[in-house]
Amino acid sequence: MSSVPEIFDTLSYGPAPEEAGAVRAWLAAHAGGFPLFIGGQWRPSCRETPPIPCVNPANGEVLSSITQSCAEDLDAAVQSAAAAFPSWSKSGYERARALYALGRLIQKHSRFFAVLETLDNGKPIRETRDLDIPLAARHFTYHAGWAQLVARELPDHEPLGVVGQIIPWNFPLLMLAWKVAPALAAGNCVVLKPAEDTSLTALFFASLCADAGIPPGVVNILTGDGRVGELIVGHPGIAKIAFTGSTEVGRIIRKSTAGTGKSLTLELGGKSPFVVFEDADLDAAVEGLVDAIWFNQGQVCCAGSRLIVEESVMGPLVSRIKTRLQHIRIGDPLDKAIDMGALITPTHRSRVHGFVEQAQAQGATVWQPQIPLPPQGAFYPPTLLTDVSTANIVWREEIFGPVLAATSFRTLHEAVELANNTQYGLAATLYTENINRALELAVKLKAGVVWINTTNQLDAACGFGGIRESGFGREGGLEGMLDYLRERDAWSAPGADATPSGAQTAAARLERSGKMLADSLAADAPAVEAGGERRPGLIDRTFKNFIGGKQTRPDGGLSRPVHDARGRLAGWVSRGNRKDIRDAVEAAFRAEKWCDATAHLRSQILFYMGENLAVRREELAARLGRLTGRKAAQSRAEVDLAIERLFSYGGWADKYDGLIHTPPVRNIALAVPEPIGVIGVICPDEAPLLSFVSLLAPVIAMGNRCVIVPSERMPLPAMDLCQVLEISDVPSGVVNIVTGEREELTETLAQHDQVDCVWYFGSKEGSAQVETWSAATIKRTWVNHGRARDWMSVRHGEGRTFLRQATQIKNVWLPYGDFT
Amino acid sequence: MNSTAGPDANSGFPRLVAGRTKAETAAPRAQGIEFDAGWVDRVRVNLSAVERRVATLPKRRTVKKVWQCAWLLKAVSLMDLTTLSADDTAGRVMRLCAKARAPIRADLLRALNWGERPLTTAAVCVYHEMVPVARRALAGTPIGIAAVSTGFPAGLSPFELRLEEIRRSVEAGATEIDVVISRRHVLLSDWRALYEEIRAFREACGPVHMKTILGTGQLGSIGKVAKASLVALMAGSDFIKTSTGMEPVNASLPVSLVMMRMIREFADRTGQQAGFKPAGGISSAKTALTYLMLVKEELGEQWLVPERFRFGASKLLGDIERQLEHQITGRYSAAHRHPLS
Repeated sequence: MSSVPEIFDTLSYGPAPEEAGAVRAWLAAHAGGFPLFIGGQWRPSCRETPPIPCVNPANGEVLSSITQSCAEDLDAAVQSAAAAFPSWSKSGYERARALYALGRLIQKHSRFFAVLETLDNGKPIRETRDLDIPLAARHFTYHAGWAQLVARELPDHEPLGVVGQIIPWNFPLLMLAWKVAPALAAGNCVVLKPAEDTSLTALFFASLCADAGIPPGVVNILTGDGRVGELIVGHPGIAKIAFTGSTEVGRIIRKSTAGTGKSLTLELGGKSPFVVFEDADLDAAVEGLVDAIWFNQGQVCCAGSRLIVEESVMGPLVSRIKTRLQHIRIGDPLDKAIDMGALITPTHRSRVHGFVEQAQAQGATVWQPQIPLPPQGAFYPPTLLTDVSTANIVWREEIFGPVLAATSFRTLHEAVELANNTQYGLAATLYTENINRALELAVKLKAGVVWINTTNQLDAACGFGGIRESGFGREGGLEGMLDYLRERDAWSAPGADATPSGAQTAAARLERSGKMLADSLAADAPAVEAGGERRPGLIDRTFKNFIGGKQTRPDGGLSRPVHDARGRLAGWVSRGNRKDIRDAVEAAFRAEKWCDATAHLRSQILFYMGENLAVRREELAARLGRLTGRKAAQSRAEVDLAIERLFSYGGWADKYDGLIHTPPVRNIALAVPEPIGVIGVICPDEAPLLSFVSLLAPVIAMGNRCVIVPSERMPLPAMDLCQVLEISDVPSGVVNIVTGEREELTETLAQHDQVDCVWYFGSKEGSAQVETWSAATIKRTWVNHGRARDWMSVRHGEGRTFLRQATQIKNVWLPYGDFT
Repeated sequence: MNSTAGPDANSGFPRLVAGRTKAETAAPRAQGIEFDAGWVDRVRVNLSAVERRVATLPKRRTVKKVWQCAWLLKAVSLMDLTTLSADDTAGRVMRLCAKARAPIRADLLRALNWGERPLTTAAVCVYHEMVPVARRALAGTPIGIAAVSTGFPAGLSPFELRLEEIRRSVEAGATEIDVVISRRHVLLSDWRALYEEIRAFREACGPVHMKTILGTGQLGSIGKVAKASLVALMAGSDFIKTSTGMEPVNASLPVSLVMMRMIREFADRTGQQAGFKPAGGISSAKTALTYLMLVKEELGEQWLVPERFRFGASKLLGDIERQLEHQITGRYSAAHRHPLS
């Protein structure tokens, strides 16, 4: 025991253990293990399964055990959720009261939650007490507000039904709150699976639900390992899956939900850049790094794990980091003066250490502070890696541990290149005192969240989520609410015009196309004119692909016939192939300046397209009439609507503004809708001109470039638009049109890694294929599942839904202040 | 630190302040460096980040039980017990000095097993006119006598008179001089003028240590606080001090953190380890502990000695006494149980 004079001389910190008596008593009362929470009741599993122990990673102590759920348990949970849904989704006020009560109950039991979380997870009590638990309560209170307002603010939307939610172990209660609060606010019911390593706070939360006025069945908690997650993902009664976890598992979920019509949001891994300029407050940057990568032992998906420093301050910054790390205190997570606790498991600790060893083998210099580590438990010291090349494994792969990899840059341009040189895009941090530089970088960094002179800031009012292989969908804010809703009555059964076509093998496709070709030549060879009958003196019309601003002949040198409504040959279009798609994507990728074009310019161009299309109104109406066999008035109406639609998006181009969120800190949080990048668009056969324009216009209005495949059966009206594009100042490469076999072209587009998003309006099977293929790079997709939209209606044929699908929200946090 | 204590041959008063002789305490004066405008220009401070650090630090660190007692005694030993009032009299200052000699009730120290080590405050801080009184009252003790100077608190009297005031206080027996800067030099970013002014003050101090009061509540922005701190260090200040205690806003944790970090940067670059004195508004034991932790975390515990850290405070001691008694008895204490300063 230290004496007062000794401590006076050394100024050591003594132990400061948090009181854990109440939690220990609760755990003792549940020493026999926890059952499942289904339909508002605690139930054992339907099957005898060995319990899963809950282990304190700081010392290996077994706290209790949880139940492995089985398929029958899930059926019961989904059934009770579905039974609760009709009434629960009705009253926003009832939901608001219950969510408010949950927020208050979390506050009332805040220390209990904090201690339990720390025991179960190993993270320091400082973090659970000051961050995890208050933020969880905040999410319920914030979303109580949405429950109250959602019906009147988003009247064209409705809840999805039963939502399956699978959450990770790094922020157990907080991730529960992130998932459950918005889902319930929107009117859904949930079946949630906490991580098997950290289920205890979710179970304690379940015990509060009745008290909060949550009706039985609205919240169901099923514990267990990944197999339970798999069951949830595959359950036909579940309308949406919300998953937070690894990119690897996210990919599997994307594939297994493909074609089921389940809504999906994925919040996956990251390798987030942390950029420091020479004009930064370096001490602020050092503390930022502590909050970025040494927070929660680095087990944070958005952790700033790649330090990118201006070369002129590399030395001073690294030296300050080292000094700072000497002051980190690692130890008993229940001690109030501890900065870092234990990693989640000894296995994970070995994995982290393995990364450090590999980094070293690949040339990195490893530095760890000389600070005491507890002799037992899954503890790992804060680690700094320098001399890290961009090929080093720790520069590319997510470690999920307290390991920072550092490199330097020379120019702003190089900083952006290094920062964006990753398959991930979750968060990015930058430190500079130059506001011009800060905002320019905020725009250029590829990430769903950008923190300027701060890091790891999270709040219920701000959307959180990634791009690229960090996933899609947002949690928090209006953008998060929309991910738990769907448009009301937007889809209908396929229209008469839709092509019945499935996912075919390449051989089947070839056979079909060969047959079409032969039939055409045999039946109607001479009657080749864009309108139908060959008339003497008319010049042959040639429809090529439109790539990089030029009409180009198809790579394969083949054409495919187009027939009119009476089955007569109406013309020939290019039969585009894999290489045409490749060239088109290349051209679209190179046209990236379009993202930076002013919204005013995009608006003007869209209006101009409308103007130029109007000049060809009669000609197009006539062609549509022949192709569809509809009355002239109907065809004219379609053309007029197409022109009007271009005007709509000319209007939208500079009016789809972002939001300024209001999190409870002194800060401006900008929610900016940004273009997604290169979008592959596959158009339906119904309303072949109007649907083409309805899909093309929002895509380019929002600053995307696209490769667009017109209606397979009636591509001619779209091809007429090439000339409109050419004379309307649309820059080369912004719109690329490839005609041909829909499914063949779709396959190449959906599998092209440079394509950021695919909109597919074709068959049910094709939709499933697109979703499956998209898993490779976690592309965003928007597919019709074989259903039709009413393109003629303003409500379903244009507007915010399209704009939302054409953008991704970036949240930029900019704290301010200088007065003392 | 070495804790052998022995009676002073002349006064019978123990010569050691927490294990240090007065001679040891009289560390060599800071030298400063040539004015470096480029360095001043490059200073960057982000207020939000600073505020976040000071908001989270008190939640990252805490001391309990005997640790808290020892830390609070440390705070006492780092205190400039202060009276700076227009109605100060010899009687008032003598009472203050008596408190500086015996800041904590002997029975409390015994209960803490403090032993025979003397425990005093580091210094008293008074106006020039009170220096002789303090000198008599503290004769034979190692307790410093700090005189506020240079037209304190505004610093707007004639420049020559300000220098003369320093010299007079040194002659009168002040062992430390707390000078105030011309805030206008900071507000107008005339860093060279500020440097020259502080240099001149330093010359006038001769061998006596100088604390430079920046008046941070009147400098307008956090960046100016940082730059003024750096210039004061370049000019050879032994300490930089936040405030006069007379400004509307005095010592605050954000300002203190920024000043500490400039001290650290200056020490890293020049090897000169200047001291830091927050003053004004620090009245609770809990706040004092937060300051000590901030110093320990940002500068290191080697800074937590009277040569490099002081609290300027008048009410703080009373709260520390109450907290110590609470730690000992388990009952919350009352103010009237502790001798008035």
